[in-house]
Parts: sequence; C-alpha cells; structure tokens
Amino acid sequence: MSARIYGMGKIRSWVKCFVLAITIASACSSTLALSWQAGEERMIADGAPGHAGGRLVVALRSEPKTLNPVQAVDEPSRDVIRCLTADLIHINRGSLKTEPSLARSWKVSNDGRQYTLELRRGLRFSDGQPFTADDVIFSFQVYLDEKINSSQRDLLVVGGKPIVVVKVDADTVRFELAKPYAAAERLFDGVAILPRHLLEDSYRSGNFSQAWNLSMPPSRFAGLGPFRLKEYVPGQRVALERNPYYWKSDRAGSQLPYLNEVVFQFVPSEDAQVIRFQSGDTDVLSRFSAENFAVLQKQQSMKGYHLDDLGPGLEYNFLFFNLNDLSQKGLPEIAKKQVWFQDLRFRQAVSAAIDRDGIVRLVYSGRASPIWDQVTPGNKLWLDEKIAHPTRSLDHAHQLLQSAGFSWNNGALLDAHGNAVEFSILTSSSNAQRMKMATIIQDDLSQLGIKVQVVPLEFHALVDRLQNSYNYEAAMMGLVSGDADPTSEMNVWLSSGETHLWHPNQDKPATPWESEMDQLMQRQLVTLDYAKRKLLYDRVQEIVAENLPIICLVSPNILVGAANRVGNFRPAILVPYALWNVEQLYIQ
Amino acid sequence: MGALVLLTALQGLILFAGFFAPYDFAAQDREHPFAAPSSIHFVDAGGTVHIRPFIYNPVDAGQSTGMSRADSGPSYPVYFFVRGAPYKIAGVFVSRIHLFGAEVPGHIFLMGSDAYGRDQLSRFLFGGQISMLAGLLAAILSVSIGMIVGGIAGFYGGWVDELLMRGGELFLALPWLYLLFAVRAALPLHISQWKVFLLLVSVMGLIGWARPARLIRGVVLSARQRNFVVAARGFGASDAYLLRRHVLPQTYGVLLTQLTLLIPQYVLAEVTLTFLGLGVGEPMPSWGGQLSALQQYYVLSSYWWMFLPALLLIPLFLVFYTAADALQELHKTVTL
Repeated sequence: MSARIYGMGKIRSWVKCFVLAITIASACSSTLALSWQAGEERMIADGAPGHAGGRLVVALRSEPKTLNPVQAVDEPSRDVIRCLTADLIHINRGSLKTEPSLARSWKVSNDGRQYTLELRRGLRFSDGQPFTADDVIFSFQVYLDEKINSSQRDLLVVGGKPIVVVKVDADTVRFELAKPYAAAERLFDGVAILPRHLLEDSYRSGNFSQAWNLSMPPSRFAGLGPFRLKEYVPGQRVALERNPYYWKSDRAGSQLPYLNEVVFQFVPSEDAQVIRFQSGDTDVLSRFSAENFAVLQKQQSMKGYHLDDLGPGLEYNFLFFNLNDLSQKGLPEIAKKQVWFQDLRFRQAVSAAIDRDGIVRLVYSGRASPIWDQVTPGNKLWLDEKIAHPTRSLDHAHQLLQSAGFSWNNGALLDAHGNAVEFSILTSSSNAQRMKMATIIQDDLSQLGIKVQVVPLEFHALVDRLQNSYNYEAAMMGLVSGDADPTSEMNVWLSSGETHLWHPNQDKPATPWESEMDQLMQRQLVTLDYAKRKLLYDRVQEIVAENLPIICLVSPNILVGAANRVGNFRPAILVPYALWNVEQLYIQ
Repeated sequence: MGALVLLTALQGLILFAGFFAPYDFAAQDREHPFAAPSSIHFVDAGGTVHIRPFIYNPVDAGQSTGMSRADSGPSYPVYFFVRGAPYKIAGVFVSRIHLFGAEVPGHIFLMGSDAYGRDQLSRFLFGGQISMLAGLLAAILSVSIGMIVGGIAGFYGGWVDELLMRGGELFLALPWLYLLFAVRAALPLHISQWKVFLLLVSVMGLIGWARPARLIRGVVLSARQRNFVVAARGFGASDAYLLRRHVLPQTYGVLLTQLTLLIPQYVLAEVTLTFLGLGVGEPMPSWGGQLSALQQYYVLSSYWWMFLPALLLIPLFLVFYTAADALQELHKTVTL
C-alpha cells in the first residue's frame, strides 16, 4: 500500500513539471493569438491542473435518440448533450451550489422577480461563430414555445406565466418572473444555449423537432460545451472531439478541456458494461448494482481501476397503494380493496411490517440506507432530522390491524366483512432491485397474513396503469430528482401533479393533508429565505411520514468506478454522477 | 431396468419433497444470503471425533464476497427425523417431520442458499414438484390428443388422414414462444401466477400433439392391416370396437416411450418459460426459476453453488432418456 502512494507522489510531481511547460507554451501562444482571442472572458475552473491529450471511453446503455437539447428526454441523449452544450448558470455537482457559467454574474431585483444576467464576452460556439445575447433570446423562445413541447418548459413557467426574456444590450439579458421564485437561478441549470445561426431556419420553417437528429453531418452541430460532435456510427458509438473555442481554463491558464476525444460506446446491458469496464475497455462506470460493485471490488487491486461508494443519492424507492377515485373507471374489484388502502392504520401496519434493514442487506449488500420519508440522507440541505425511524415491529402491525377491525383466521388476515386480504404489487420487470424488494415485502406481509402477489410488468405498461387506467392495487416505484432543491419535486407533491403517483391530476385535493401539502409546496416556491423554506418542506416530510401516501423503503448509494489513469475524477450524487466535470478530466 | 428404478426413486424424492427438504421453500434466512453449501463435520476444532455429524453457520465475509463457509464458531449437531416447518403430503396430510435438520439457530444448506437466504436444496425438491407437474401435465395432454387424432387418421386414412396430418403440420410450424407471450398478455393481471402458469403449460401441451400423432398414425396404419384385425372386421366388429380392442393397444408401447421422452422436453420448456419470466412467480420455486438467477453476472462470477440445480438436471434428463430406451426394449420383448 505504502509503495503505491509513493509511486503516485512521483507521478504527481512529474505532472507538475509538465503543467509548467504547458503554461509557458500557452503563454507564448496567447501572444501569437492562435486561439485565445482578445476580450474573451474565460472562466477559471476549480480543480487540479491536468495535462492535455488522450481519449476517454464511456459506455451508454442505449443509443441517444437525438442530440437536440430541447427534445431529449432519455438519459443517454442527455449524457451526450451535456458534453456538447453549456447553460447560463450551473449547479456545481461537487458543492451542489450555483455558479456562473455562460453568465459571468447575475443580479436579483429586490422583489425577487427580475434576474439580470451579464454574459461572458467574446465567446464562440464550437464552429467559431460568436455567442451573443441573441442566442440566449432565441434559445428561450424555443424552450418556451408550446408547439415545440420541450420538457424544460414546465420549469420555466412560473406562477402560470412563462418567463419573459428581454435583451438589455449585446451582453446583458433580463428574465422577468410573474411571481417571486425561490432558487430561480437553479432553473437555468441544464437549459442548453442553442446557436441561433444554425437552428433559426429550421425553427422558423416548423421542423425544429427533426433538427439535430443523429443522421445529420457533424458540421451542422455547434454548441458551447467542452466537446463537439466528431462522428456517429449507428449501433456502435458517438465520438466527440475537443472544442477548440471552449471558454474555460484551468488555474494554470491552459485552455480546457484536456481530453482530445470522448467516445460513447453503446453497450446495452449493465452486466456487459461491467465486464467491459473490468477488462479496461471503458474508463468510467456509473449506474450499476451493489452486487456488481462487489464483483468489481474483488479485482480492484489487480486491475487498474478504483471504485467509489458516494453514500446515499437522491433516489427514493417506495411502495404505494391505489388511492385514486375509481367511481368512473369501472374497476369494482379494486374499489373494494381501496377500503383497506384508504385506512391509514392499514398503511401504517404495512409500513411497520416491512424489514427495511433486510432490504438494505439482501438487495443492496448494505450499500443503501433505509428511509421513512422522501428526502434521503444524501440530501443534507433538506433532510428533516426529526422524522422518526421506527424499527420493524410485527406486533405493532398486528395491533394496528386489530384496531382497524381486521381479524385472523388460520393465520390469514380477514377484513371486517370477512374477506381475505390479498393484493398485487406491480413492479418494473427491468429493475432487478425492485423485483427483489417486492419479494422481500411479499414475505414480510405474509407474516401478517396478507397474501401478496408480485406482478412484474414492462416499464411503459406499468406507467400506463399508474397514470392513465389506474388499473392496479399497489405498485413499487423509485424517483430521483435532478436537483436537491424541493422545487424539483413540485410535480410529485402537488395534488394536481402528474407524478402525484397515488392519486395524480386531482382537480382539488382529496384529503385535508393533501390540501395542506399543496399550500406548503406553493409557499416554499415563493419564499426566498432558506431557513423559512426548510421549515415548510420539513412539514411536507412530516405529512408524508404521518399519512404514508407512499411507504418509503430505501435509498441506494451512488456507486461509480473509474480507471486509475483518469485524473480529476470527482463523482457526485447528482446526475451525471461521473462526467459532470468532463472538461477537467485528463488521462495520466 | 436400473434407470426405471432410479427414475421411480427420483419421483419419490420429489413427491415427498416436504419430508426430504429440511426447510420450507419460502423460508428466508435474511442473515445468510448466498451462503456456500454447509460441509458436514465429524471432527471439531479441538480434534475430538463426534459420532453425530455437525455443521457451522456461514459467516458474513463483508460486502464484497457474500457469505462463506465457516470452519469454526459454535457448532450445531445434525439430527434425523426432526420436527420443522409444516408441509403437506400429496396436498392432503399435514406433517412436520423432516428427514434431517440442524439444531436451531444452526442452518444446514447442503446446496447453499440463494439471494434471500433460502435453502437451495429445499427449493430444488419443491421446485421439482412444479416442474415435473408441468412436464407431466403437458406430456399427457399432448399424448392423449396425439393418440386420438393419430388413431383416427391412421384408422380411416383417405381425406380424413390428409386433413388431420396437414393440420398437424400447421401446429408444428407454430412459433409457440410468441403464442405464449400473446396468451400471457391477453390474460388479466389479477389471476394468480400459478394459474397462469398451469394455463400456459396446458397451451403448450395442446399445441404439441402433432409429433406423437404422427407416430401413432404410423403404428395404427400398420396395425389395422394385421390379419387378426382384418379377421375381426370380417366378423362384423364395429370401428369403435376394433380401435379399442385391437388397434390402440398396439400403440401403448409407443405411447409410453413418447411420454417418457416428452416429459423432460416439457420440463425444459418450463425452465425456458420461467427463465423468460412467464413461469410461476416468487416465492414459488421451480427449476427454471432457480436457473434464471444465473442470468446475472455477479451470480455467475461469484457463487458457484448457484449452478448446482443446473448440474443436477443433466443426470435427471439422462435417467429419463435411458428409461425411455428401457421401456422401448421392454415393449419389444413383450410384443414379440
């Protein structure tokens, strides 16, 4: 072990010499004005200086569907687009705080409704064309266009009205909000700025949705990200090359990114990705199971890679019952069972009977945390420490059921009318972890005399039942926010929300506690003070823990791996876990 | 003959799975997931020899390697004819007596434990009940239909024969896997998976009649031209009488052989179905379900004992085919 540290120290000092050489070289080149233009306002990236060159290979679960940032909804597309584009204000994945990006600085008016952003001057897109306020105006026009139907639009509509974007001068843009909006600067994260000169024609002619699909030649793409498109080989890979006009430098003054090339290979299954990573074919691995983590860990010292367990992320897995109003749906069988589901004591009994520690041990080999509400231990800023963590108790569950009028016959649970208590839990067949959880819960509940049937369904069929037909009894799901801020969860906790899974799209709140939750969520949205917002969101967490609309189970740890030769690798608990600082990664 | 005896013995093991299995198939020992097979000890750490065998409990080797076999710690003696989890014999009588078991809280996992800490041996034996039932049910269905259709086609010949045999070829060409997916998708979710599974197996048996039907047609075709059959017809025997009394009895040998050949085929079909997620759901065990755990890389690479059910199936199928051969020989000697 000590020998290894010694070796690494040697490499570091060697790197330092090399960096010094590069700094001198780049100082010379700046006087020659090769790529450094006069007046270009570069951003100095925080992080240890690396050295230029090299190639990073990453596996993608499937081919990206598009490279159009406005149209992309699938994770593989977004992973690639993040490397190609930049936003105005960015959430630093390391600190979880906002930081200037294309906007050099920003000012908020006293009433919290106007954001004035100063853009960096002298920046150019990856095809060499200048970046100006017009590109920003154009981009937001596209995102806010109802016909385009972008997934970002919902976030950019505040208080029922779309954000108004005004060009103040060539380098200043003002955003006007209908209502004060907490953490509004976080909205800009991930909203990629589009090049007007390349996309305006297709936007005006009405075929924007076809623009920037993968079949177009790379010369038609340009962005402000660290990389630009080099080639796309269908069924095999997307290759990106270094953007020579990128606007960030490291502390030593050399231009980023360090890497010459980033290659995304299409590897369709998790196991195949793990095997590729293990054999050294790919450099970075994220989104894999704890079991595969254990497999990889065994050979960690022999092969040149290392693994990181970042602790709990933001994903929460939960069980919930169908609490929809089924009077119009013609599902009498399920409606009959809803009498149990709607009884809080029944839900409490189910929650008390579930062995969360067992799930953590058997499903995640210990690499997860049991949870009792939606905020995971990974979200330290918003976690309500006061939420109780009751241990598993079958006795307590029995008492709850007894007080709710249930009884037992030969070990089988009967309701007040003598019907046997049986229900099915739907779960996504492609998620092995959730299938395992369901099997454990099935066994837990059988100890209460409840007969549970686990029904694995294809994911889209499952979502259709949850959101459209409401033809289900209970289901298991996992949700993960793109941001730690509660605002990103509005669609889950508002009773009118689409992802208010147990009873979505309500006209008016069905229960008093849902009504209270609606008010709390709306209030936190317009409250600017963090401490006050925290109190409001704490109450939301209490309501969830008390009323159990969803029975929270576990939050898995974020697991990542990288080849030892990848420098500056600093994984984070927010997506993208591993490649968020791709411009600073380098090959040692 | 040896194969037949062995086959009967195996069926006995599976039929009385509850007695031979130390645990209930669904009992989860959450402290011991992926425990390696327990080894039986006679000599303890101090070197003392014990007459009664004993085991050690598996120990948690940390997050990276799962549970491993221990050779120290508290020892638990193995007893025979112990009282344990209740089970049913032939679905009727309830019993609690198991052939063997370790003293609680010791856990005896002769074939290791799975991801939930369930005893693999118990699951293999109980799983055999479902897999064998599926094989038997589908094979009997196929052979019965095959006997009726093949018998009629062979006995009457002519256009009836043409129609039935061409129809049979149509069934042979059916892509049965897609058909089963379609049937599963058309069924409502809320009927139990156990019923769905039986239904799927029946569908498989129903569409698999063509091959036995062809064979039986051939036997009937030659049987109806035998002198004693022609003679009986001359004495005015009806078609039904001829079929029942003279023709079909000659096909019994073929039938029995077909049955022994078809059962392992359908057991394998059950394995395929469950592997693809169309089988009985958790926690019901089946051989296909035990094999489907091997789809995952970490199981393949870390836990060799998860292969044991797959390995055990090889001699089992071998016994079936040897028995089929033996039956054929037996039949030949009888008819000659």
